[in-house]
Amino acid sequence: MTYSKGGRCLPSFTALATILGLALAPLVAATPAGAQDRTSVKIGYAVSKTGANAGGAAITTIPNYRLWLHDVEKNGGLELPDGSKLPIELVEYDDRSSAEEVVRAVERLAGQDQVDFILPPWGTGFNLAVAPLFDRYGYPQLAVSSVTDKAPQFVQRWPRSFWFLGGGSDYTGALASLLSAQVEAGTINNKVAMVSVADGFGIDLVSAARPAMAEAGMDVVLDRTYPVGTNDFTTLLNEAAASGADTFVSFSYPPDTFALTEQAQVADYNPKVLYLGVGAGFPPYGRKLGDKAEGIMTLGGIDAKNAQNMAYRERHKEVTGEYPDLWGSVITYASLQMLQEAIRRVGLDREAVSAELSGGTFQTVLGETKLQDNRLRDLWLVGQWQDGQLVGVAPADRPGASEVILPRQPWK
Amino acid sequence: MTLTTALIAGLVLGGTYALVAMGLTLQYGIARIMNLAYGDTIITAAFAAFILQGGLAVNPLLGLALVVPGGFLLSYLIYRLILSHLVARASDRGALEVDSILTTFGLLFVIQGVLLVLFGGNYTSYSFLNVAVDIMGAKVAANRLLALALALSIGLTLYLLLTRTRWGTALRAVAVAPQSAALVGIDVNRAAAFAFALGGGLAAAGGVVISMYQTFTATAGVVFTMKALIVVIMGGVGNLLGALCAGLLLGVVETLVSTYVDPGLTLAATYAIFLVVLLWRPQGLFGRVAR
Amino acid sequence: MRTVIGFALAGVVLAGLAVAPLYLGPYGTGLLIGMTGYVTLASAWAMFSGPTRFVSLATVAFFGIGAYTMAVLYESLPYPLVLAVAALVGLVVALVVGLSTLRLAGVYFVIFTFGLAELVRQLVTWYEVNVTGTLGRYLFVSFGSEVIYWQLLGLCAATFLIAWVIGRSRIGLALKVIGDDEVVAVHCGISTARVKLALFAVSSVIITLVGAIQAPRWTYIEPLIVFNPTVSFLTLIMALLGGAGRLWGPLVGAVPLFLLFEWLSANFPDHYSIILGLLFMAIVFVLPKGVLEFAETGLRRLRRRPPQDGSATVAGKEVEG
Repeated sequence: MTYSKGGRCLPSFTALATILGLALAPLVAATPAGAQDRTSVKIGYAVSKTGANAGGAAITTIPNYRLWLHDVEKNGGLELPDGSKLPIELVEYDDRSSAEEVVRAVERLAGQDQVDFILPPWGTGFNLAVAPLFDRYGYPQLAVSSVTDKAPQFVQRWPRSFWFLGGGSDYTGALASLLSAQVEAGTINNKVAMVSVADGFGIDLVSAARPAMAEAGMDVVLDRTYPVGTNDFTTLLNEAAASGADTFVSFSYPPDTFALTEQAQVADYNPKVLYLGVGAGFPPYGRKLGDKAEGIMTLGGIDAKNAQNMAYRERHKEVTGEYPDLWGSVITYASLQMLQEAIRRVGLDREAVSAELSGGTFQTVLGETKLQDNRLRDLWLVGQWQDGQLVGVAPADRPGASEVILPRQPWK
Repeated sequence: MTLTTALIAGLVLGGTYALVAMGLTLQYGIARIMNLAYGDTIITAAFAAFILQGGLAVNPLLGLALVVPGGFLLSYLIYRLILSHLVARASDRGALEVDSILTTFGLLFVIQGVLLVLFGGNYTSYSFLNVAVDIMGAKVAANRLLALALALSIGLTLYLLLTRTRWGTALRAVAVAPQSAALVGIDVNRAAAFAFALGGGLAAAGGVVISMYQTFTATAGVVFTMKALIVVIMGGVGNLLGALCAGLLLGVVETLVSTYVDPGLTLAATYAIFLVVLLWRPQGLFGRVAR
Repeated sequence: MRTVIGFALAGVVLAGLAVAPLYLGPYGTGLLIGMTGYVTLASAWAMFSGPTRFVSLATVAFFGIGAYTMAVLYESLPYPLVLAVAALVGLVVALVVGLSTLRLAGVYFVIFTFGLAELVRQLVTWYEVNVTGTLGRYLFVSFGSEVIYWQLLGLCAATFLIAWVIGRSRIGLALKVIGDDEVVAVHCGISTARVKLALFAVSSVIITLVGAIQAPRWTYIEPLIVFNPTVSFLTLIMALLGGAGRLWGPLVGAVPLFLLFEWLSANFPDHYSIILGLLFMAIVFVLPKGVLEFAETGLRRLRRRPPQDGSATVAGKEVEG
């Protein structure tokens, strides 16, 4: 047999060429369909259905995309300026909580599927990962689930990006001034115990909170960071209790928020102000705690007197089986309504839609909504559980704000 | 925080780790299956407890009586239907290890996928027995204390069964020398299937207890697998008491680091200690050198 | 002669792949980046793990180190220098880790490498939180994804070249002996530790570079993003599927698996996990020794039979050369 030295190279090479050929053939073959006589509007998104981000996406993002698609369908489709309605053709991908996947999925949506609009992924990091692509291909990016103080710079860099959830200093500034007002009123002392999760969100907020607290005359007596995935907070809570602070602040993720709540009850730890991070605004949180939730504060909140928002909440429950969370969900839905309305006003031209989103005024489930410099600034920055609702208490001068009730009553 | 309270908090935390790890040490030590889907068995049990508690109003403690046999049965079937073929085909332990890692990695995705379809990716939690118990001045949650008690009682019971009964001796023989065990009339495949199923039952018990105090998602299984694996390796593969002690030790270390060093370094400390143990005593803290 | 033909063919394929982005558009290029990235990772992984049979899960530790180095230094150093620094950091970590761990055997090594990846992630997080005070880093680069692709392709080609050279050198022979029986190897006078260490270092440096080159794709770098353990698992699976003991094995595993993942996530976004898992198990049962060996066994069987119609050309070509 002459098949000997180096012989393995060749057959494998043939195999390699075949595989690559097969792999690339569909890419080359696929050409975009004609856009003239369209029968639908193509909308695509990539979102984390599996992996580490799935929990967050399943709360704020996916249900609202579903609800919106449902609502549009019920409405007979997306309305265009000439009054005609087109159904939505949906393209969805799972980014598997991987940055490389989300980038490629957006490239696919833009380059391969040639969708008309792309809805953003979940999370600050992933929204930033895809922002250059949205910009390059001219898609407006309705970045909702990302909290960042750098939004103004991002708008400069990517003029078609829109940032809806504010930045860390918005939330911590509002919290700090709320606290200092309470100190002046003599309700609490000026000491604060602060813990944060060692991940993007926690660090962003705690870095913003340090100067904000100092400026408001608050004294941070405990400032600790714990790793993602921590579920035992006994030590931290003991330290916080021993610190003598009347205010406990945690910039935490949902599992940590739940664990902190449970373990604070066990330790019978009763700070006069209990402010917890993401998760304290989830409806099951309030349901599970019942009366014990009273007085707990967190980011977000709603105006319970806003009838549109309350109707949205019921519809969300009806379509997805659960009430929306009380921070990002309603804003996600509102951003989609803005997109829908902008398309109704100016059609499917992405440039025009971006301009309309940027300058127009919209009626959404939030009420009258208008962006300032591509950012949504009318936000509930601090919410408090009162009578089974997480109501917005800061900014106090925003219409619909509720009065903050402090001190919080001890656990029963 | 005094040293005593820190130690007690650590032991209670470690109870959870120990409870979770003991099933894996049985599966890996006796059935010789490196089960990467172990954590997903735990999550499945947690969801089962959640359904029983929320939907059918079954007390999670009673739920244990339903979920644990369920976990046992499911694992038994998995072993018989899937894994035993790998065991039969493997030429040596190394080959079986690679095969079982790959297969159970696939299994992990299947279980996770099914859970995602059934329950979605949401955070799930309910609360049960979240009341304080006072132990020497330290306030401890009753549900976590339950985990510790369960870990201790299961660990000791199984240890006695393994060392004092004929049946246990057979299982240990399979763990040490599967080939020779067959020579002395032990049905190796049956013993391994039983050990694997027992491990699954323990995982289910862990899942039910954990669901009482910890938030979980359909995708969180891998976290438990890794924690359990660390404890198993530290305790010595197949060594029940080793897993028990290593679990408790890990809890104490995490609490001490969190108290006296920096809570940001708890997980780093876990892995660092684990790596040191691996380098210094690869057979585990409580393992014997020659096996 | 065969070597020359092999190289010529490789050159042609490489050239074809290099010009591909010009015709494919952004998604095609993205696909090629992902694919080339994983082919390189799997090949680098197999370079060490194939012959030594040490199953490493530390891939993402090095991958993440590379990506992080890029994010930290991109603003302050010229790009090629950043790559060099990344490679150096990877090398140093690999040597430290290698010296301390390569005496571990079997599953202990597997677990150790996994723990290592987690440890590195925790330490980077802790450092960022406590020392620099920021966690996410922004990485804005001026070049497009084609440039990333070309770099990856170059690295991939280099990886194959290195693997090929190793396979033909004395080290390659030594490795075969180590893989077959380490005791024999020691008796033959092979310094097993040194060979393994060298191999681990080379493989790790390549993996580090993949991370460094790919990082600009993500704009925003944080530990959870770059130290994603899935990377380690996928690399391992791809290499094993193709056959870690062969030069082309990882490639034959990585390309179809990568495309399969892509196809699944597009067509079955909700049932992706289940199908993937089932496929996975099927692969282990049907192709336990990797696709290449399976194909070769099939070919050998074919050859034993007298050539008939379609198969004649295939078998004929093999025998001629």
